[in-house]
Amino acid sequence: MRKTLILARRELAGYFFSPMAYVIGALFLLASGMWFFHAIFRSGHEASLRPLFEAMAYIMVFATPLLTMRLVSEEFRSGTIETLMTAPVTETQVILGKFLGVMGFYLALLAGTGFFLVLIAVYGQPDGGVAVMGYLGMVLLGAAFVSVGLFASTLTPYQLVAAIVSIAILSVFAIMMQLLTIHSPEPWNHLAAQLNTMTYFKDFSRGMFDTRGWIFFGSATALFLFLSVKMLESRRWR
Amino acid sequence: MIDVKNLTKRYGRMVAVDDISFHVDAGSIVGFLGPNGAGKSTTLKILTCFLSATVGKVTVAGHDVLSESVAVRQKTGYMPEAVSLYGEMRVGEYLMFRAGLREIPRRARRGAVEGAAQRCWLLQPEDMMRRRLGELSRGYQQRVGLADVLLHNPPVLVLDEPTIGLDPAQIRSMRELILSLRGDHTVILSSHILAEVEQICDYLIVIAGGKIAASGTPEALRKSVTGPSRIVAEVKGDPDAVMRGVGAMKGVRQVDQAAHGNWLRITIQGDENSDHRAEVAKLAAEKGWPLRELRKEVGSLEDFFIQITYKQSVQAAGEVSRL
Ligand SMILES: Nc1ncnc2c1ncn2[C@@H]1O[C@H](COP(=O)(O)OP(=O)(O)OP(=O)(O)O)[C@@H](O)[C@H]1O
Ligand SMILES: [Mg+2]
Repeated sequence: MRKTLILARRELAGYFFSPMAYVIGALFLLASGMWFFHAIFRSGHEASLRPLFEAMAYIMVFATPLLTMRLVSEEFRSGTIETLMTAPVTETQVILGKFLGVMGFYLALLAGTGFFLVLIAVYGQPDGGVAVMGYLGMVLLGAAFVSVGLFASTLTPYQLVAAIVSIAILSVFAIMMQLLTIHSPEPWNHLAAQLNTMTYFKDFSRGMFDTRGWIFFGSATALFLFLSVKMLESRRWR
Repeated sequence: MIDVKNLTKRYGRMVAVDDISFHVDAGSIVGFLGPNGAGKSTTLKILTCFLSATVGKVTVAGHDVLSESVAVRQKTGYMPEAVSLYGEMRVGEYLMFRAGLREIPRRARRGAVEGAAQRCWLLQPEDMMRRRLGELSRGYQQRVGLADVLLHNPPVLVLDEPTIGLDPAQIRSMRELILSLRGDHTVILSSHILAEVEQICDYLIVIAGGKIAASGTPEALRKSVTGPSRIVAEVKGDPDAVMRGVGAMKGVRQVDQAAHGNWLRITIQGDENSDHRAEVAKLAAEKGWPLRELRKEVGSLEDFFIQITYKQSVQAAGEVSRL
């Protein structure tokens, strides 16, 4: 556990030194801000948090892969993996450390959106329950998205490939399943709805406490973290 | 301390290390020698649990590298051939990070980092510990890599080409540093340069084409190199008479001659451990031939090294052409 935290701290500090992370952070805040103002000022001054959270969730499909793409890929490319994996640390510690490191940066990004919350409080009456549940949903969704991205970065030393793979996986579950839910025939649309990330997220963004959401995001996170550990372990045998 | 049995490593279909076995005693310094692509780095990576062997059993400090990999890694320090570091971190910060991974208690970390930095000449420009790793020169990065390895004072050190990229003064310091580790550390290091390891190592393992081509102490290896004795002499005299006189000596296998200005240079190949220098001198004195040089040639380890590694590559080329 101690070594996991040491690894996480190094990873997190790395984000604050990387210009890429700042660019992604700025773009994320800009994009969600634009979507937010657009939604609010169009739909008759309804000062609601819901469009904000939904916008953020969709933007995360593209933003988290850019944050996670370097995690393991960069260690492979630069060769630091050699010193890392010959220190007395297990693959699980490395993966969890990296996961916690990115989650730290992700939480910092979310904290940045607190600005919109303040704006809403100024203009109207924000719903406290929606705010709490919405942020909880964002954290759960973020954990799942980050672990998908982390997994993708264990597959290749090329950051770009890692980003594309994770955007592809996330798009399937966040966008394609959404479309299939609407457009596919009887039994299939139910299946698609079960796999649709946004089905679960929407409950949170409406201020509901959704156990199915917890289970969905929790098991997705666990699954992809597990796969990442296995991928990293398999390196030794190649 | 290190025990390798029937180790084989394949990368896909390519065999990098082919059924090698060796043993390293505690407290000794062992040199791993071989040409490019011999399989040195591959072997060292297996010893340090970075790669897994395809076949074979490796134990380091009494622990199996597969089943007790963390225990092995706690007791070893490995410096890869290309030291890569996190460019955005500062030297001191990086060493503190590594000290944490190496399980040095929080309170002892700063002391360990300072000790290692001092041993690896990192305190010199005063702001060195605050510089970013990405901005260091190659040699300084190498020193940081070495400091990292010494942090937890591990009983086993594995150094892959430790002197590559260092300036001559640093090469000497590195040699002294490694020598200072003798006794309470087991060191295994790899190199291409025989002259360099010959001075530091107690034992040499020459590897070529994934196989051990020769091993032994530097002295034993040198003895095995010399083989038949070779004596070179330069005299002035009638070539035929010289050849006849020398050829009549006991234990002489072959005599060659070459003109050297108006001197005659003769090379005598004799039986092993024979020495004809005294006889040659006596003969020259008896016949009144002026003698200006008389010496026994010692085969250099360097020759030997090139010879065996060359043999291997000729064999390899033969195998390729047969395919
Ligand atoms: N990751 C890898 N994948 C495939 N083949 C590899 C890999 N690493 C090394 N090899 C091959 O294995 C053989 C042994 O390589 P190794 O790096 O162990 O040699 P070396 O003795 O360290 O050489 P050098 O003196 O150049 O460092 C080489 O033929 C090399 O091409
Ligand atoms: Mg090598």
